[in-house]
Amino acid sequence: MPDGIQRPLLSVRDAYVTFGSLQALIGVSVDVREGEILAIIGPNGAGKTTLINVISGVYHPSPGQVFFEGKDRTRLHPDRVADLGIARTFQNVALFKGMTTLDNLMVGRHLQMKSGLFASGCYWGWGQKEEIKHREAVEDIIDFLEIEAIRKTPAGMLPYGMQKRVELGRALAAEPKLLLLDEPMAGMNLEEKEDMARFILDANEERGLTICLIEHDMGVVMDISDRLVVLEYGTKIAEGTPEEIRTNPDVIRAYLGAHGKKVKEAL
Amino acid sequence: MSDTVLFAVELTVSGLLVGLMYSLVALGFVLIYKASGIFNFAQGDMTFFAALGMAAFGALIPMWVGIILMVGAMVVLAVAIERIVLKPLVARPPLVLFMATIGIAFFLQGLAQGIWGTQPRGLSLGVTDHTYEIGGMFVSSLDIVGAVVAGVLVVVLVWFFQKTKTGRALRAVSDDHEAALSVGIPLRKAWGITWAIAGIVAIVAGALWGTRVGVQASLALLALKALPVLIVGGIDSIPGAIIGGLIIGAAENLAEGLIGPAVGGGIKNFFPYLLALIVLGVRPYGLFGREIIERV
Repeated sequence: MPDGIQRPLLSVRDAYVTFGSLQALIGVSVDVREGEILAIIGPNGAGKTTLINVISGVYHPSPGQVFFEGKDRTRLHPDRVADLGIARTFQNVALFKGMTTLDNLMVGRHLQMKSGLFASGCYWGWGQKEEIKHREAVEDIIDFLEIEAIRKTPAGMLPYGMQKRVELGRALAAEPKLLLLDEPMAGMNLEEKEDMARFILDANEERGLTICLIEHDMGVVMDISDRLVVLEYGTKIAEGTPEEIRTNPDVIRAYLGAHGKKVKEAL
Repeated sequence: MSDTVLFAVELTVSGLLVGLMYSLVALGFVLIYKASGIFNFAQGDMTFFAALGMAAFGALIPMWVGIILMVGAMVVLAVAIERIVLKPLVARPPLVLFMATIGIAFFLQGLAQGIWGTQPRGLSLGVTDHTYEIGGMFVSSLDIVGAVVAGVLVVVLVWFFQKTKTGRALRAVSDDHEAALSVGIPLRKAWGITWAIAGIVAIVAGALWGTRVGVQASLALLALKALPVLIVGGIDSIPGAIIGGLIIGAAENLAEGLIGPAVGGGIKNFFPYLLALIVLGVRPYGLFGREIIERV
């Protein structure tokens, strides 16, 4: 993380989320600082995805608040949150399966497209200029993610690792200020994980994106994150740099309790 | 050409022309099913509503003004359905939404007859029904006009869904609601637009069928003709609706003309369903429908 950039881009303040008798989040506060890669970690059922869903507007905390760029955005719905410049991927890949890779990325630019119904369909004048502009931006991302070979393949027919990559591409196509990644490397082999880690780092460094991600692979998380937030049973038990988290006794206890000795070695 | 072959070709051609108009009715179902997973029982009544409205307006004002007024009415109706019926039922099981569309169907039937009366009306698009002889075959001018109009509408719809921002967004919504929201597509607006498009399809279908068979409440039963089309073509496929309509149109005509005389006739009415049953047995998702693979 570059020095001196500390302003929070996004703040979750004292968020509670309850499903029936289950308390998924209990007074969680998290800041995502501009320009950083923040990882949310924790054992299964700790509330990580719930927190991502609170940020992206799928759930509304009650009580609790969500601020983005200093403004209260607590009650916005997901489509309006996207409009603020927050893009996301999903734990179980939510692509438009019947559409090609290219079309998936083009839909990702939905909010960037200004021209209306008729202009956008026409092949002349303003509509054509806009279509070309968006195609260029999308081709740029296709280059970046090295997915030229599958441009015209329906997303549903791609192997899982590729689907995850296309989903990242769709999120990048929106040119967001904040990128939320829910387990971007789940179910991937080592090589795919390395590729994904490289894309995430490049997106952060070259494209200047602030990134907030959930990931279970401790090795990768410790490598690529600037800071970590640790959740357990819906509460935040630790926050800090990878070094601080590695030596935090609460974190070690939480992971030992949940996974046993193996994770201690990973930490 | 021998007489039998010529007769079969003639049956096929006139069947295909009518089939394209079946496609039109089926298309309304497919659009709404794809966008929101709802089987819209009211599609036939939307067609009747549109046809009766046009017939009533057509008696007072020029036809084209009447058509524009009906387009406006269908858009208002679409927005009203989204606000009043769909919004409170968001995230309910599909059966609940299906029941709601039955309610919409009865409401529209009543509303149309309440405003414009229950008398059967004629509808004229200004096309007189000539029969032309082309290469020894007899083809009705009304069928040709119907097929051309239906064809143009299909081309416009395909262009809209493939090439425009809104069309692409609607395709995205039909694929995955959660993902569509995450890229900033408002679901409710997308549903409103989809119902409005289905309403406009109903206007075209109503105009063509109303001209052909007259406008009375039984026009809503056209929806029954769309069912075998949907089963054959697949309920979630636009090309399926078009090709399914063509298959049903040609098949029922051929069956009636060639097999009918041998068994005493009248098989046109049930033959499409027989065909649908066979397709159900072989390909339950229809010829073009997306196969749903579920993990057990």
